[in-house]
Amino acid sequence: MAEYKRKIGETLLRVEGISLSFGGVRALNDISFEIKEHEILAIIGPNGAGKSSMLNVINGFYHPQEGTIAFKGTERKRMRPHDAASQGIARTFQNIALFKGMSTLDNIMTGRMLKMKRNFLWHALYWGPALREEIQNREFCEKIIDFLEIQAIRKTPVGRLPYGLQKRVELGRALAAEPDLLLLDEPMAGMNVEEKEDMCRFVLDVNDEFGTTIALIEHDMGVVMDISDRVVVLDYGRKIADGTPDAVRANNEVIDAYLGVSHD
Amino acid sequence: MLYREAGQFKTSYTADQTVFPILQDRWCMAAIIAVAFSVPLFSSEYMLQAVLIPFLIYALAAIGLNLLTGYCGQLSLGTGAFMMVGGYMTYKLTTSFPEVNILIVFMLAGLCSAFVGLIFGIPSLRIKGFYLAVATLAAQFFLSWLFNKVGWFVNYSPSGSITAPPRELFGILVTGPRASAEVRYLMVLSIVVVMALAAKNLIRGRVGRSWMAIRDMDIAAEIIGIRPVQTKLLAFTISSFYCGVAGAMVVFLWLGSAETEAFDINQSFLVLFMVIIGGLGSILGSFLGAAFITVTPIILTNAPPMFGIHMAIDLQKHIEIMLFGSLIVFFLIVEPKGLARLWQITKEKLRLWPFPY
Repeated sequence: MAEYKRKIGETLLRVEGISLSFGGVRALNDISFEIKEHEILAIIGPNGAGKSSMLNVINGFYHPQEGTIAFKGTERKRMRPHDAASQGIARTFQNIALFKGMSTLDNIMTGRMLKMKRNFLWHALYWGPALREEIQNREFCEKIIDFLEIQAIRKTPVGRLPYGLQKRVELGRALAAEPDLLLLDEPMAGMNVEEKEDMCRFVLDVNDEFGTTIALIEHDMGVVMDISDRVVVLDYGRKIADGTPDAVRANNEVIDAYLGVSHD
Repeated sequence: MLYREAGQFKTSYTADQTVFPILQDRWCMAAIIAVAFSVPLFSSEYMLQAVLIPFLIYALAAIGLNLLTGYCGQLSLGTGAFMMVGGYMTYKLTTSFPEVNILIVFMLAGLCSAFVGLIFGIPSLRIKGFYLAVATLAAQFFLSWLFNKVGWFVNYSPSGSITAPPRELFGILVTGPRASAEVRYLMVLSIVVVMALAAKNLIRGRVGRSWMAIRDMDIAAEIIGIRPVQTKLLAFTISSFYCGVAGAMVVFLWLGSAETEAFDINQSFLVLFMVIIGGLGSILGSFLGAAFITVTPIILTNAPPMFGIHMAIDLQKHIEIMLFGSLIVFFLIVEPKGLARLWQITKEKLRLWPFPY
C-alpha cells in the first residue's frame, strides 16, 4: 500500500497585524499567521477569543482597522464578501445558514452561482446555453451529493432535515463553489460521536481528494488534535500559540488559557 | 391510485428538471391549457368579461408581485402604481406610434414600468420588511400625481382618463370598444401563458435561486458570491415588468378605459392579498389567489338567486362582504402558507391514496 502523504505547499493566505475593534471592545489584537496550501489549520480558543471574528475578517464581513490580508499573494484592503467568494474563499457558519425554503439540491446549486454566467433572458427561456449551463452544474452538484452521501435527501427542503444533515448540506454548498480556501466555523458543534466522525472523515476527504486548504474553528480538542496539521490558539483577541498539535498541547500559555491559572 | 409516479424513471438531468416531472401532471396541464383555449366556444360574454379576463390579468399581476415578495422576499405595495405605468405608457405609445404592433407596445410599456420599478426598488438596498413596503408606497402616490398632473401622458384629454383606441393584430381587432370579448380573452390568455412559463423558468434556474437565497438568508447569499444590489434590483425590474404588462391589459383588453383611480392603493392591496392567500413563492399560488379573490365575490353574488333566495341588494352586498372576509380568515387559519400549499398536501395524500400505509 502506498504510504499516505500530502504535500503542504506555499503560503496561501497571510494575515499580518490584524486589529479589529467594535467601539471600545477590541476583538482582535495584532494577529498574524499564515495558512499554507493544502493544509488543515485549526483555530482554537476559549469562547469570545475572537475566532469567528477572524474568519469574518478573512472573508470580508468585517473590515479590520489595522493590518493586511494577502490571499494568493495579492494584498487587499477592503473587500465585500462576494469578492472573497469570487477569489475562491468559501465558508460554513456556526449557526447553520442554509436557505430554508429550498431543497438540498437547490442549496448546493446556489453554491455554484459564480460558475453560472448566462443572463436572466436566457434563463427565462430555459433553453440552449442556459439549459446546458444548468445541466453541467447539476452534474457537478451530483458529484458533491455522492461524495457527502446525501442522495436520498436531494429533493427535500432543508428546513425539514435533522441538524447533522443540515451541517452536511452546508458543507456541500461551500464545496460546490470549488473553493481554494474553505473556512469551517465549528463544523462539529452539537453533534453526537458518529456524526462527528462522519464530519471528520468528510473534512479529511475534502482535503485529500480536492486538495482544498481548510481553516476550521472547533472546540472538540480530540478532533482538533487528530485532524489538523497546525493549530493557532487565540485568547482575548491575541494569538498565544501557533504550531503543530503536539507543540500547542505542551504550550504553557495554552494550558493556562484553557484551565485558568492561579494568581497567588 | 391514478396519481403515482412509480415506474417513471428519469435517465437524464434534463428530464429530472422539467417543470412537471410527473406524467399525470403533464397530462393534466395539457388538458387545462386546451380547455382554457377552447373556452370562448361555449361561454357567454359575461363569463369572459366579468370572470375570466380579470382573473387572468390579476393572475399575471400576482405572479409579478410573487416574484418580488414571494421569491425575493422584498415586500412591496407599489403594484398598482407599476400597473398604472403599464396602462398609461401603452396608451401614450400606441397613440404616438399607431402603426407599431400592439404586442410590441405592451412589451415596451412593460419595460417603462420595469424602469420605474428599478428606480423605486433602490430603497430596498437599505431597508427591509414593512419599512420597505412603506417606502414603495411612495411610488403609489408619486405616480398617481404624475399621471394626473402632466397632461402629456393622456394627450391633454380634459377628463384625464385614457381610452383604448382600436388596434388590430394579424388583421383582427383586439382592442377598442368593438373588439369582441372572445378575441380579447384569447389574447390575454396567450400573454399570461407565455409569461407564466417564463416566470417559472426564471425561478427554477440561476436567477430564482439567487432571489430565494437573498430571501432566506441574505448574509449567506453574499458569502456565496451573490451580489445583493443587483439581485434585488433585478427582482424589482422583472416584477414591475409583469405588473406593467398586467396594467396594460387592464386598460386595453379588459376595461377599455381607465383613470388613475383604477390603479390606486386598493389594487396594490388586492394583489398582495392574492399572493398571500394563494401562497408566497408559488406560481400556481398566484393563479389560485387571483381566482379566489376575483371569482369568490361573483359566486357569492350569484349564489342566493340560484337557490331561490331573494333579498335586498344592499343586504346581499353586505352579506357577501362578510362571507368573503370570513373565507379569507378561514383559509389563512387552515393553511397560512396559502392555497398552493393546500394543493401540495392534497397531491402528497393522493400519491398514497387509497392505501396510505
